[in-house]
Amino acid sequence: MRRSFFPVIVVVFALIAIWYVAVVPMNIKMALTDAERSGMVVTPSGAKERRDRSAILLVAQNPFAIKATFSLERPRLPAPHQVTIELWNSTVNKKITSKRSLIFHGWITLSATLLGFAIGTGLGILLAVGIVYSRAMDMSVMPWAIASQTIPILAIAPMIIVVLNSVGVQGLLPKAIISAYLSFFPVVVGMVKGLRSPDHMQLDQLKTYNANSSQGFWKLRLPSSMPYLFASLKIGIAASLVGAIVGELPTGAVRGLGARLLSGSYYGQTIQIWSALLGAAFLAASLVAIIGLAQRITLKRMGMS
Amino acid sequence: MILVIIGFVIWLVAWRLNVILANTPASETRWMKLLVPAIFGFTILIVWELVVRGLNVPLVILPPPSLIAETFLAKLPILWKDFVQTFVKGALSGYFIGCIAAVALAVLVERFDFLRRGLLPVGNFVAALPIIGTAPILVMWFGFDWHSKAAVVVVMVFFPMLVNTVAGLGETTAMQRDLMKTYGADPWQAFIKLRLPAAMPFIFNGLKISTTLALIGAIVAEFFGSPTLGMGFRISASIGQLALDMVWAEIVVAALAGSAFYGAVAIIEKGVTFWHPSQRG
Repeated sequence: MRRSFFPVIVVVFALIAIWYVAVVPMNIKMALTDAERSGMVVTPSGAKERRDRSAILLVAQNPFAIKATFSLERPRLPAPHQVTIELWNSTVNKKITSKRSLIFHGWITLSATLLGFAIGTGLGILLAVGIVYSRAMDMSVMPWAIASQTIPILAIAPMIIVVLNSVGVQGLLPKAIISAYLSFFPVVVGMVKGLRSPDHMQLDQLKTYNANSSQGFWKLRLPSSMPYLFASLKIGIAASLVGAIVGELPTGAVRGLGARLLSGSYYGQTIQIWSALLGAAFLAASLVAIIGLAQRITLKRMGMS
Repeated sequence: MILVIIGFVIWLVAWRLNVILANTPASETRWMKLLVPAIFGFTILIVWELVVRGLNVPLVILPPPSLIAETFLAKLPILWKDFVQTFVKGALSGYFIGCIAAVALAVLVERFDFLRRGLLPVGNFVAALPIIGTAPILVMWFGFDWHSKAAVVVVMVFFPMLVNTVAGLGETTAMQRDLMKTYGADPWQAFIKLRLPAAMPFIFNGLKISTTLALIGAIVAEFFGSPTLGMGFRISASIGQLALDMVWAEIVVAALAGSAFYGAVAIIEKGVTFWHPSQRG
């Protein structure tokens, strides 16, 4: 962990540097239009003239506008410090109960994510065990489990929310259902693969030990599926978060990180979109990190790492 | 109510039939492997139809499959145009660009320990990011046509592929690498003959997950702006008109496209990773 600290810092700084450099050509046209409006001389003059010019050429011709590209109110690409300031303002400087606090919205999304993830993972593991042990289930359900997942559930999320709403179910559960469905598939596929990963030699050895099938499950199949399970869980929790965020879009964007994204894009508040995005990224990263920690501890205690 | 009971009985009979069929010696044949899931799927359709009709479920909640099939056949030309716009132009082009770029970067990263240790945690961070949230931004940047959808797909499939490939390339054991050394293999040979094949199950895991992501990305990106065709556009427009049969027809198209895509990748996987225990069954 400590060994990778320095490389990560270097990579992150390189990315931030690229981001800062990219801000200039992305925002130059907007900055030049603003500058022209306030009476400065811009070459070439007129927004129409500049529309088809390459952004890099415009930067070279109007170097005075570079500074302005970092402080636009609604930039095409906000500069990192603008997003950081917005993040700071909406987390530390606001009360947690305030509707403008990102922590408040994050918690709304997190609770739906966790509920959905628990449901999806539980059902996924159960189905995987069923598929591995029951031939009828394997043959009839597995092709459909895969096919059903190719239904872009995010596309019918509005439908699920609207339909459940009309039956009187609202709040946490509809979002959690979408979350559960999204985390379900990675767990089933990874778990089936993991439970089948012991090769013939290991299975034969258990037979020579006279193990029955439940011992075979607890002592061989389940332990050897752990690396696969944790890999799927990491994908699953991230997918759950996506599900919860998208599930917040059709309800009129009242609460949650998805609502922040949507209201930001309604009003062209790009800085708000980016800060909500980074907030969601931070949430996702923490969730994955927790699972990664559980993975390391589990595999270490099992002597597999 | 009678229809519902009939549906329940049909369900029990069909499941019993499947259990019997799956446990006969003939269940290994290819024909049987198609028949069993077909019976299962067909039963679900019948039960769905009977329950919806039996309980008089309103059309705006759940249309019966017969109506969806009718709409599907009647609107075939529109559906085909939507399919080309969203799947062929948006999802497929983005999928290829994203996957090739990710595997290339992973191979590069594997060679330099510094990059691997630096990029992998960052890649993991971004892979966990709800990337679909960048869709409004990318639509703003690349315009309404399929280019912005392909861009969303590239960003969506890139990091899962990167993480999977890097994880796969690190999959070899010390003993295998030592064996390569005793053979006098140079790094390139060790890569081609040991590390890349060992990584294949992981790479295909990423490729398979990405097929779904690509379709989702292309469809959801259309919610944030698109020309007046495309599967995502049609879905959101039809929900607005409460034409749920059209929504379901699009979902059928998406399901067919998605399973065909996934199936194609799975067939390639079977050929490439025939040695892996999970493929030998």
